[in-house]
Parts: sequence; C-alpha cells; structure tokens
Amino acid sequence: MTSLYDEVQTPTDGVPTRRVTMTVNGEKRTVDVEPRLLLAHLLRQGMQLTGTHVGCDTTSCGACTVLFDGRPVKSCTMLAVQADGHDVETVEGMSSASELHPVQEGFKQEHGLQCGYCTPGMMLTSKALLERNPDPSEDDIRWALSGNLCRCTGYQNIVKSVLWAAEKMRAERGEDA
Amino acid sequence: MALDELKIGGMGASRRRVEDNRFIRGKGKYVDDVVLPAMLHMEILRSPVAHARIKSIDTSAAWEVPGVRLVLTGETMAARNLAWMPTLSYDTQAVIATDKVRFQGQEVAAVVADDPYIAKDACSKIVVEYEQLPAIVNPDQAKDSSAPLIRDDKVNQDSNKIFDWEIGDKEATEKAFADADVVSSLELHYPRSHPSPLEPCGSIADFDRATGKLTVYMTTQAPHIIRAAVAMVAELPEHQIRIISPDLGGGFGNKVPVYPGYVISILASILTERPVKWIEDKSGNLISTGFGRDVYLKGEMALRKDGKILGMRMHTTSDHGAFFADAQPTKFKIGLMHSTFACYDVPAAYLTSDGYYTNKAPGGVAYRCSFRVTEAMFFQERMIHAAANDLGMDQAEFRRVNLVKDDMFPYRTAFGFLTDSGQYAKCLDLGLEAIGYSSFKAEQEEARKRGKLLGIGISTMTEPLGAGNSREYDIIGIKMFDSAELRVHMTGKAILRTGAKTQGQGHETTWAQIVAHELGIPADDIVVEEGDTDTAPFGMGTYASRSTPVAGAAVAMVARKIRAKARKIAAHLLEVSEEDIEWELGRFYVRGNEERGVTIQDCALAAYSNVPDGMEPGLENNAYYDPPNLTWPFAAYICKVEVDPETGVWDVLKFVAVDDCGVRINPMVVEGQIMGGLTEAYAMANMQYITFDEEGNCIGANYIDYLLPTAWETPGFELHEVVTPCPHHPIGAKGIGECATVGGPAAFVNAVMSAIEHTGVRNVDMPLMPNRVYDAVRNGQDVSGMPPVRVD
Ligand code: FES
Ligand code: FES
Repeated sequence: MTSLYDEVQTPTDGVPTRRVTMTVNGEKRTVDVEPRLLLAHLLRQGMQLTGTHVGCDTTSCGACTVLFDGRPVKSCTMLAVQADGHDVETVEGMSSASELHPVQEGFKQEHGLQCGYCTPGMMLTSKALLERNPDPSEDDIRWALSGNLCRCTGYQNIVKSVLWAAEKMRAERGEDA
Repeated sequence: MALDELKIGGMGASRRRVEDNRFIRGKGKYVDDVVLPAMLHMEILRSPVAHARIKSIDTSAAWEVPGVRLVLTGETMAARNLAWMPTLSYDTQAVIATDKVRFQGQEVAAVVADDPYIAKDACSKIVVEYEQLPAIVNPDQAKDSSAPLIRDDKVNQDSNKIFDWEIGDKEATEKAFADADVVSSLELHYPRSHPSPLEPCGSIADFDRATGKLTVYMTTQAPHIIRAAVAMVAELPEHQIRIISPDLGGGFGNKVPVYPGYVISILASILTERPVKWIEDKSGNLISTGFGRDVYLKGEMALRKDGKILGMRMHTTSDHGAFFADAQPTKFKIGLMHSTFACYDVPAAYLTSDGYYTNKAPGGVAYRCSFRVTEAMFFQERMIHAAANDLGMDQAEFRRVNLVKDDMFPYRTAFGFLTDSGQYAKCLDLGLEAIGYSSFKAEQEEARKRGKLLGIGISTMTEPLGAGNSREYDIIGIKMFDSAELRVHMTGKAILRTGAKTQGQGHETTWAQIVAHELGIPADDIVVEEGDTDTAPFGMGTYASRSTPVAGAAVAMVARKIRAKARKIAAHLLEVSEEDIEWELGRFYVRGNEERGVTIQDCALAAYSNVPDGMEPGLENNAYYDPPNLTWPFAAYICKVEVDPETGVWDVLKFVAVDDCGVRINPMVVEGQIMGGLTEAYAMANMQYITFDEEGNCIGANYIDYLLPTAWETPGFELHEVVTPCPHHPIGAKGIGECATVGGPAAFVNAVMSAIEHTGVRNVDMPLMPNRVYDAVRNGQDVSGMPPVRVD
C-alpha cells in the first residue's frame, strides 16, 4: 500500500481524496489529498517545503506560519483542501537564487535568530507587516509578531531585524531612510 | 604585517552567523525534516491518568487498521528486556508501562504505521483498562505515611523518599547563629516549569540488518552520551551505533535525557527492519519530558547589626516526579544547589536536602541552568533582599558589605567551591548608575501620589559554569571533559569538529573565531561540524553553559597544537632553528628580520608537500580538555517596575543587565544569549509554570495553558559589560548561556516586592500573576505555593 502522506499524488486505495489546485511560491500545483490532511503537512511532506516548521500544532506558536493570499496564517490548523484556489507563500518563496528578501537579510544582520525554528514564521509575518505598514514603530512590530513565539532570542533583536528590513525597503524604493 | 583580527572574524568580532545562511532560507535540517526511504511513522499512546494499575491492554483493533505495521506494549518491550531503562541519576524509568502508570502522559503503547495519521488512528483504537490509585502531586503528600508507594517496582523502596543529602559545616553554622544579632528567614517555592524548546523531541531509528549498524537521528544535546546509553540499554556494540543530532530547534536542557520514545523507535526499527520516525507533539513534550525546578526552599541567615553575614542554613525539598531522572553530576543529589551564596563572603553554611517521588513527569533537568543553580541563586537573592529589609539596610549597601571583594580571590566558599575572579562591586555600581538608583526613592514617592507603586529589585550572583573538572564531575560515570579535532587542509582551509552540540548558540560561527584567533586562518575558511558521533570526537555535549568553558577551551588547545607543528615547518621553510622563529597572527617570521616569514597557509601546504626529514606529514590534531576548575561569571541584574495596586498588573519600566563573562568571543552572540535568558527569567517570574490538579492532571499541557511570553509582553533590556578574564581558561572566557535565566528571576520578584512590601508582604511565590499580586497588596499578606489551577 502506498502512503498517502509521503506521496500526495498517489492516494491510498480506498481512502477518499479531493483534488485541489493552489499556487505555492508562484508555481501552480495540483494534488490529490485526504480531506483531513493539514496544510502544514502537505507543504512539509508532500511538497518537501520543510522550512515550514511545526512547533505546537495548536495555533499557538506560529512556527508553521505561511502567507495565504498574502496574509499570515498558521498552516498547522488549516486543512490542505482549504487552500484550493488560493495562493500560498512559504519561506522558500521569499528569496530568489541570488537575492535575499530584506527581511531575511535583516534577521541575519541583527542576530534575529538563534536556533532558527521560529524564524521562517517570524520572517513571513514580518514581511506581511511591512507590506501593510512600511514604517512600523517598535510597538507595531511587537504587536504584529505576538502570534509567533520565540524561545531563544527574547525578541529584542527580532524587532531590530524588522526595523532594519523596513529601512532597507524604504531606501530601495527611494524613500528617506 | 600581522593580520587585523577583527577583519578575519577572530576573537571579539561580532561576526554574522554562518548557520543563518541556511536558517533564513528555511533550509535548516531538523530531525522532522529528515526523510529516509521506506520510512515508517510511530505514535505513542499516553496514559490519561496519573496513577493506576494497568489491568489489561487490548491492541487487536489497532492491528486491524490498514497501514499498521507494528503495535508495541510493555509486554513487547519486556520480552526484550527493554521495559525499563536506567536514568542519568542511577534510577530506573519505565520505557513502556507494564505494571502501573505513574504519571499522566506516561507511555502505555506505541503504533508504527505507514503514516502518522494512521498511527494516530490506531492508537485511539487501543483499549486500556486502568484501576485508578490516589495520585501524589507534591512532596507533602509523598511524605505522608499513609501515602501509596509510587515505586513498588523497586526492591527495598518502602517510602516515596528518594534521598537525603547534606553538605557544609553544621557546627560552625550553629555557632554563627548563636553569635547573631539578627536572624532573618525565608521560605519559598520555585515552581515546576518546562524548558519547552519550540521544536519538540523526536528520533528516526534506522537499523540495517545487513551491516548490523544502527543509525539514529535524534533531538539530543549530548549525542555521545546517548550512544553510550543506547549501547548499554539496547545491548548493541558501540561501534555499530551512530547518533546524529542535526539542527536542533532549541534545547535548554530538555534534550539531554534519554526518552522512552527514542528507545521505542529503535526497537521498532529493529523489529520492522525499516526506518521508524517518531516526532512527539507539543503536549507529549510538555507532559512527559524533562521539566525544570519544582523545589521548596527554606533558610535562615545569621547577621550582625552592621550588616555582615555570619552564616546561613538552608533546606530544600524537591519533587522529582515518578522516576529520579535528573540529568546532573553523580556526586550531587540536588545538583549544585550548594553554589548558593557563592558571591558573598559567608563564613559558615549548612545545607540539607531531601527528594521525593510523586505522580508527575520525571526529569528535573538543568533548564538553562547548571544543575539547580537557578533555584540556588533565586533563593539567595530573595534571602538577601529579605535580610537587608530585616536589618533596615539599603539593598545595594547590604550587598556591597557582603560581596566578595576583588582582592579576596581565589576565594573558597563555605561549601567548598573555589571562585577565582571577578569585579563584583564594579558590576553592581555600573548597574545602579544605569538604572538611576540614586533618584529612585524620590520617584517612588512621586508615583505613590499617582496611586502607582514603584519598585526596584537587584539580583547579584556568580554561578559555577562549565563542568568538569573530571575529578568532581561525571554523569553515569563518564567524566565531564570535552574535545575538539582540527584538520587544516593543504590550501590552508580547515574543518573543526567538537564533542559539543549547538542548539542555537552559534558554535558554527564562534568556534571558527577561536581558531582564527589562534592561527590567523580567516573564520570564513573554517567549517565547523558537530552532532554526528561517527565523525565528531567524543564529548559530553552542550548544556549547563559548558560549551565555551570546556569545548571552547579544547578548540583553543587543538589550534595551539597545530600552531606548534606549523612552527617546526616554518623553521624548515625559513631555514632557521625553531628558537629563532616568532609568531604574529597568521604568520611566522625570523626574529630580527620581520620581512622574512611564512604564513600559516604556507605551512599548511608544506605539511602535505615539503615536511622536514623525520616529520609526519599532515596538519591535523585533536585535544581533550579537562578544565582545572569551573568558570565563575558574575552578573548584576536590576529591574524597575510599576505595580498597579488596583489590578495587580506590573510593568517593567527598565531592566539593566551587567554581565561579566570574561572575554567575549563574539559580543553579538553573547548579547543574544543574555537577552534570550532574561526573557526566560521574565517568563518564570510572570507566567510560566506547570501545575497539577489533585488527580494529577497536568495543567500546562499546551501553549494555551502553559503561557510563554510573546514579543508583546517581553520588556526591553539594557545590556552592559565588564570583562574579568577567567584565569584558567585558555582564552579567558567564562560561560554565559544561562546566567540571565539563573540570576534574572530574583530581579523581577525583588522589584515587585520592593513596590508592595510597605503593605506588610514579605513574599509572593512565582508566578507573580496579577491576581496573586493583587491579593497580596489587598490583604498585606504573603501568597505562597502554586496556584492550584489556572484561573486567568
Ligand atoms: S505549529 Fe502551528 S501554530 Fe504552532
Ligand atoms: S530562534 Fe529559536 S525559537 Fe526563535
């Protein structure tokens, strides 16, 4: 018997599946999934996008955050079938082969990560914030990130990382830093 | 000309971390990211009750679920002599329960299936019949003569007591109390907490029948200890065991012990002859793996009127859960609790301790802590705070009188530790100035007029980091040293491996900086690897802030061995005798003729192409480092809070941290460690605790009940530094990873107490949740013990 879980496109005999189509990191993907499969598991196991981490599986920690039509959602508490027809961005979609997103650079420059487990979720939430609010205050950042837990950094450097990225993005757009 | 050390990423450079290059791209490789061909998935069924006899287990329905490959129970394990395993404290622990379950969340069965969803489905089909027994949830209940015996599996165990232990000079201490003008006393509870790294524990066991080799990917901070433990438990030859600890999503002590899930996955792989992956969920992690703290402490201090401390005595009662599985040095039953008061000149001291079994999860691990020093230093600083108040002395002044002075080193503490360096008063004064201590009283007055209560709390402490030396420190008999192996390639690039294991501390970055400092090879030319027992030299792993003190020292020492050989090669290349060779960073030259020299890279090439007659070729070596003493960093943490008496809510207005961890290899990384540690200190003081109801149900089994601070609540921290090099460490460094978690909580609590103690309150136990602070202020009374069940 083939495992539905490991090879999403080859469903297990007798288990009902649903065909879903979604855009993942800009690429159109069509997969057959068991209706109960979580989006986080589809991304991690089905599509080998293991940058999406699972910390708590109860919508509390934000390690599994992805951008869903541009908005941060916790993919551990969302079914893969709910993504049908939607756009999903994971950490793997943030950078091109040659260029990092300013948020990624900011996290490295300001030491915004230690073990790296919370980092993909933190960066995606930060990216969404900066798209909404290009000039956030420290409080804006802390509030926006309050659904993402980090056990290592104490957040201070994460805040700095986001400020670093905001400044770089404004400079890139030719605005005053 | 010598190289610019900062430019090559040497000591003192805030070098950006190399590991970040993969983490920021989502390309870290954590255990759950590893996929092996034909891999199966394992799920554990856990006990819903805290104390019960297992009457029967029926697994037949689980076997029938399509996709199930194996169902394991205590019976399966027992048939292979694996139902029980030894703990790191010379006790035994059930791998899968056979007779009784002894805590909620204990392993009762396991299912191996084609995917984790199927394994979970099948677990829910296992029927277990329990005969419930009364649950023991604290030491007071455990002591009761009518209490049920938790460990009826052990011969000669006729009560729930695990140990009695004592240290110090009882007589001298009694004399100090007889001479005292004032005796101050304090009693408190350090609540149970969980290190809770974001990534839970897990393993992938892969047994290859053809070669007899067992490979296990595992979330472990100490892969070599695990290899030894697996060899003993599973009776497999050690050379056929390979433990790989890939990227770890945090550890904080939680990933030191051997957990049943690891052992079950190993047996499952042996039986199915396929790789078996087990990844626990967050609840499994919180309810069954190594907790921290859970100690009741009380003590008294003998004081002279002028503020001099004459002596102290102390008693601790600790709750270890159902199995004594503390990960700590063998000799010390309650860890390094006796490091308490090490920064003060206390002439006489005496400590007694007892420990108990309860129906709670086992494993009092060193949660960002060197074996109970967190409890020791918290008690110390709360006691100091209370004593200063009892004497009517200023908090800073009382500390100044009693802190060990700079000219008293080396200083032997009453419990026998040897502290060797520090500038305690300087750190304190720097912190007081930064927080604005001198104007505080006026501010406090002014705030009271607004109906707000201001408080300031000080915590000063030194702690013992970096066990060994190996004379005193071992874990299950294995001596606590560490190691490094360095291979310099022909082109002057290098690979370094150590027996430590980074979990976010940044070893891949900082170890290369030590090599750069010693050899002048740019840090970017050095790759660092850890965590694979087939390639890394034997080491004790990373916990208790021991990496820099021990493995970091080994890195410096191996680099020096390489340099010594390179010097001989340089003499050969320069055609002078070795005595005529001088070293500057990255280069040897002829004394008196600086122009004539060869670089370390020239020597590396020659090591493989042109060695002097009689010399072994190559430029590789290893070093084992057994530290002569612990390292003793010092910290002064000072916190200013505002308490709203109407709600009990308290806000941190300012927090100043002055840390002296000796020479800093990478200041950016050090500061990251301090801020992370302070956040955990804040969490302990404020919200982070695990409690149990009367039936032994764990309240704190997920992140909804177990509160961790987010970016929103966490205050900002202002960091300062003082540098007193460690006299015995090759690069003068001291441990730092846990200082803030150890010393921080008392600063927060002392601050809140300072704000509210005019109402007559002497102590509020952690967590200082608003309802507890509110009650204390309103009633002018202490609030002690654990909140029974969360009410907020
Ligand atoms: S794993 Fe999804 S929120 Fe924690
Ligand atoms: S970097 Fe480890 S959890 Fe955030």
